[in-house]
Amino acid sequence: MTTEASSETEVKENAEESAAQPDQSEKATQETQEVLNTEEEDKEKGKVKEKEGKEGKGISRYLPTWLKKQKSLSQTSPTKETPPTEEPTSKVTEEEEVSAPEVNGHAEEAEEKEEVKSEPVKEKEVESNSNGSADTEPAKEEKLEESVQTTPEEKKETTKEEDVAEEEKKGQEQETQAEADVQEGDGQTSIFQSPFRLVRKPKMKVVVCHVTLLDGTDFSCEVEKRANGQYLFFKVCEHLNLLEKDYFGLTYKDTHDEKCWLDPMKEIKRQIRSNNWQFSFNVKFYPPDPSLLTEDITRYLLCLQLRDDVASGRLPCSFVTHALLGSYTLQAEFGDQEPDQPRPLDFISQQTFAPNQSKEMEEKILELHKSHKGMTPAQADIQFLENAKKLSMYGVDLHRAKDSEGVDIMLGVCANGLLVYKDRLRINRFAWPKILKISYKRNNFYIKIRPGETEQFESTVGFKLQNHRSAKRLWKVCVENHSFFRLNAPEPPTKARFLTLGSKFRYSGRTQAQTRMASSLIDRPAPNFERTSSKRISRSLDGAPVISITEAGRDMTENGHDPNLELQSDSKSQMRVHGDNIYVRHSNLMLEDHDKTQEEVLKHQASISQLKRSFMEAPPPSPPQPSQWEKRLTPSPASTIRIQQQQVTTEVEIEETVVIQEVSKATKAGKVTVTSNSPAGPPAEQESSEQKVRSDEEVVVVEEANQTRQESVSSESESEEEAEYHPNVTTSISNTQIPEEKEEEDKLEGEEEGEKMEPEVLAAPAPALPAEISQPAEETPQEEEEPRKETEEGMKDEEEEKQGDPETEESTDDPMLTPDETPKSFVPPEVEEEEQEEPKVNGEASAVDAEPRPHGICCSELPVVKTEMVTISDTFAAQKTEIATKEVPIVHTETKTITYEAAQLDGNGEGEPGVLMTAQTITSESLCTTTTTHITKTLKGGLSETRIEKRIVITGDCDIDHDQALAQAIKEAKEQHPDMSVTRVVVHKETELAEEED
Amino acid sequence: MAGLMAGFGHYTHAIVRGIPASLAKEALRTNQAEVDLDKARTEHDAYVQVLRTRLGLEVVELPADESLPDCVFVEDAAVVCGDTALITRPGAESRRRETEAMKEALTDLNMNIVEIADENATLDGGDVLFTGREFFVGLSKRTNQRGAEILADAFKDYAVSTVPVLEGLHLKSFCSMGGPGLIVIGSSDPAQKALKIMQQMSDHRYDKLTVPDDLAANCIYMNLPDKGHVLLHCTTDEFPESVKVFEKLKDHMLIPVSNLEKVKLDGALTCCSVLINKKKPDN
Repeated sequence: MTTEASSETEVKENAEESAAQPDQSEKATQETQEVLNTEEEDKEKGKVKEKEGKEGKGISRYLPTWLKKQKSLSQTSPTKETPPTEEPTSKVTEEEEVSAPEVNGHAEEAEEKEEVKSEPVKEKEVESNSNGSADTEPAKEEKLEESVQTTPEEKKETTKEEDVAEEEKKGQEQETQAEADVQEGDGQTSIFQSPFRLVRKPKMKVVVCHVTLLDGTDFSCEVEKRANGQYLFFKVCEHLNLLEKDYFGLTYKDTHDEKCWLDPMKEIKRQIRSNNWQFSFNVKFYPPDPSLLTEDITRYLLCLQLRDDVASGRLPCSFVTHALLGSYTLQAEFGDQEPDQPRPLDFISQQTFAPNQSKEMEEKILELHKSHKGMTPAQADIQFLENAKKLSMYGVDLHRAKDSEGVDIMLGVCANGLLVYKDRLRINRFAWPKILKISYKRNNFYIKIRPGETEQFESTVGFKLQNHRSAKRLWKVCVENHSFFRLNAPEPPTKARFLTLGSKFRYSGRTQAQTRMASSLIDRPAPNFERTSSKRISRSLDGAPVISITEAGRDMTENGHDPNLELQSDSKSQMRVHGDNIYVRHSNLMLEDHDKTQEEVLKHQASISQLKRSFMEAPPPSPPQPSQWEKRLTPSPASTIRIQQQQVTTEVEIEETVVIQEVSKATKAGKVTVTSNSPAGPPAEQESSEQKVRSDEEVVVVEEANQTRQESVSSESESEEEAEYHPNVTTSISNTQIPEEKEEEDKLEGEEEGEKMEPEVLAAPAPALPAEISQPAEETPQEEEEPRKETEEGMKDEEEEKQGDPETEESTDDPMLTPDETPKSFVPPEVEEEEQEEPKVNGEASAVDAEPRPHGICCSELPVVKTEMVTISDTFAAQKTEIATKEVPIVHTETKTITYEAAQLDGNGEGEPGVLMTAQTITSESLCTTTTTHITKTLKGGLSETRIEKRIVITGDCDIDHDQALAQAIKEAKEQHPDMSVTRVVVHKETELAEEED
Repeated sequence: MAGLMAGFGHYTHAIVRGIPASLAKEALRTNQAEVDLDKARTEHDAYVQVLRTRLGLEVVELPADESLPDCVFVEDAAVVCGDTALITRPGAESRRRETEAMKEALTDLNMNIVEIADENATLDGGDVLFTGREFFVGLSKRTNQRGAEILADAFKDYAVSTVPVLEGLHLKSFCSMGGPGLIVIGSSDPAQKALKIMQQMSDHRYDKLTVPDDLAANCIYMNLPDKGHVLLHCTTDEFPESVKVFEKLKDHMLIPVSNLEKVKLDGALTCCSVLINKKKPDN
């Protein structure tokens, strides 16, 4: 799975190298060679491989018998799954192929897409599974789906997921068999149930998607549950017979009832929050000059969109313009007005041409209609568009925001740039060429402005959005609009580089230039299409558009614009009120908490840094001195101490997380060694990590514990909180500056992911700081490490998957323009060290499988809480969200992860694969503390290495002195295993935030 | 074409108003200056003559009102665009009632009347620059944000951007339209700054015609059926250098109009008329 997770061949190779697993190599080859293969097939293979690898490593022994059985089931499932999956995939590929030829730059993209599609999906799944929370989430989803959906197809899909989950769980279970048993006992009742049970059928799930078209009709089609957005979109375009599709897109409503664009490159399932497969087909990019469109059908669809925009008030226009546009609509739909014919006044009054439609206006419409005599429908459409395009708000996507002084404003994204409105007035405008960089951090949105003629320095303008989701959405819209209208070809997504943070989101479709090129090549007779006047009359033209999907109907409708967003004179008061409300709703977290958090974070960081310093000082890296810790350390391989602390509510600590994310990104670029620690194990640094391992010096890993809560809301936000984009076509890269903030976000994401895994563990509502202390045996550091690695890899397949998830997510979900830069800038010197070390950590972590264990362990305690957390959502796992969280109170959690690693002098990259001698997991629980110890013995090059990974989860409702807890944990670890060294300490802190339910 | 934004500069009607005797003493002014009432009236008559006789517009002449010394500057009382007329709420308290007669006249012309009910809003027509594609509203001593918002609401088809007016009475005290997509702008720093803001705020590209004198930048552009581009601008007596600039406009019918007296009251060429296009668009 790991390999799969990392879509890039590099990763695969790395994985192969590191793992030296036949399976992986096979996978890689498959991926490269077999583009046509169905995703599922690959997945299956991957799963099988993984399984094999695991088993071969000897992990299988530890698996409970029932688990093994399940495995077999899962294996069988693939075969069943394969057939259904193939169809969709193949279709997609075909489409892509078709499109590819049209656009030069596009073709490549299409190919990439295919690959990405399959891989990302897998990865995602894996991720979800890997993360503690994630694990739970998928399971939940599946359950829900099953319960809700009777369709066998869906069940099939679930099966797949289940399979993955099973695998992961297997790993986890290995670690914590006892816990697993407990879970089993809980059975289906508990939220945390293992996915397996739910899984029955090996087939792929198919979901019925409902798409509301522009004429108000509903289009339903079946889609593989894991299908990417593009697949559905192409299906719709096919249904519409639309070739110039790049101006259009699909929207869905997120859990907050806000309209979002379905990312074509990402799994649908992961984007929609609820199990509500409802979409709207809408114009995404309004062509500035519709007359340049090639086909009438495209213009017709654009007209339909604009008619609704006008009727709903999203596109404001004057009385006269309303009448004029309405008259063209009549002409297009009904042709010439027959003098003899009774005036269709009643009929007209049934249609909505304007928000405030008066009899007078209807009269005017009829009057103007007469003057269009002889005009064909296509001509009428053209006239309609020629007038509509001149409207000042044509194609402007409005977003509510506040300026630096807290004044309510609106930000409008359009073909030309970014517009700033206060009420109805345009108070500023930033043309794309003027904008050097677009970024967001949390709920802040920034644009860096090119210095004017007289100015020397660039300036940055910041706006406050309602929440991070809004900020990210705005940022994405900006990236897409800039790319579409200003670039000749879309920027390639940033390559995974070492230490890359932040969203990598880029516009993935064709640019306007490309689509124009492509449409100029359209060679088909003008397609006949039915103008559905009747439909329209009853629907889109109606005051209340019948968009089943969006309740908001007019308000939110197709553009995705909020009704509230419209600039209206009266809107002022409303808007403010609205904004306030929102503020209350969302912004508690964002603003107030944020501030508090920062303070706390600072304090906390300070204390942590002290701790870190002392820690680093204490155990000299090079020679494993029998320090106090070491002395006490038993010969057992690694001990992971996880300390989870739950804090009351307030702290939001995002920044610390950064490191992790960097790591994860690094992983992408470099080798994909698995980092057990959740999200961020950058493979690239494996070598370093290995070295560290060899030295076996003290590494204390405090892992994320508290994730559970956060995941839902916070995780998404955090992960995606920051991103940068440099609009400059030419110098996108050069310009790219890494904003620290972004890094943080990324890190957060990673953390979140990690957290997800843990959440299960942490049953308690309070956030926990899990500290994992893995202590590798000192004996032969290099050798030892290697074996560990191997074992880890085996174990880590799961982990990798997890890791992969973060990566995937980043790549898919969050497009970060300048991830690379970010990390470095962000990370303080100390952090850098950590980063380097982290890779090692990851490997260790993987070996430990700490995360999975925690789940099992803690499950009993925290079930309820977890559920909640899972629910909320995150970017990553739409699926998770889907689960049933609704009932559960949403808890926002913040996660912080700190990794301390002892410096390791040795560099060992090539170690021979070790042989796993033994592995065992011991778990003990106290009231607030859960300690999981995972002991792995590996034989490598004749040297045996014992690694102990301890995960301690501390849960509390009130403030916990994390540092003290960590110190205590480390101390205990040293005492217990005096002859071992602490190699790594990862502190993962999860804090519950005040609810910000929407 | 009935289409949007068609026929910039097409006018059929003009509303003007007589000069009351109170103008000389009571009319508002930023600089203390002696105004010769007779000269002013002569000047104004000539102005109206140009509109009526030379250009063939149908001129509606409102009677002067002695209680409204500034009433000759009708531009501030209404903003007309297309079929819609926004009756303003002048920033100067003493001028508020000027809108009454204006509203009547516009109503008689079958315009869609929009009035400002908000007592916090002030808007002078002199702060409103319509370019044919959008509005710029100067935020000045006479016009505030709220007034601009109401204008934006009255003319929903168009973008309305605000421009701070740091010097001068009105936005149009240093700029105006000299043709489609052509902004005539004064050369002072405040004028140039305002132009930059306008250029930045606009999605459209404008050419600029910079004249040495800010006051000379206020001119009247029309696009008339038989005459093509017409530009009423200052005379050589007032701003000889600026006139030289105008004379470079080869495609325009240039009509110098004297404004020596009214300018003492900060009255520019555009101030003295409200131009309306009532002609049915030939569609």
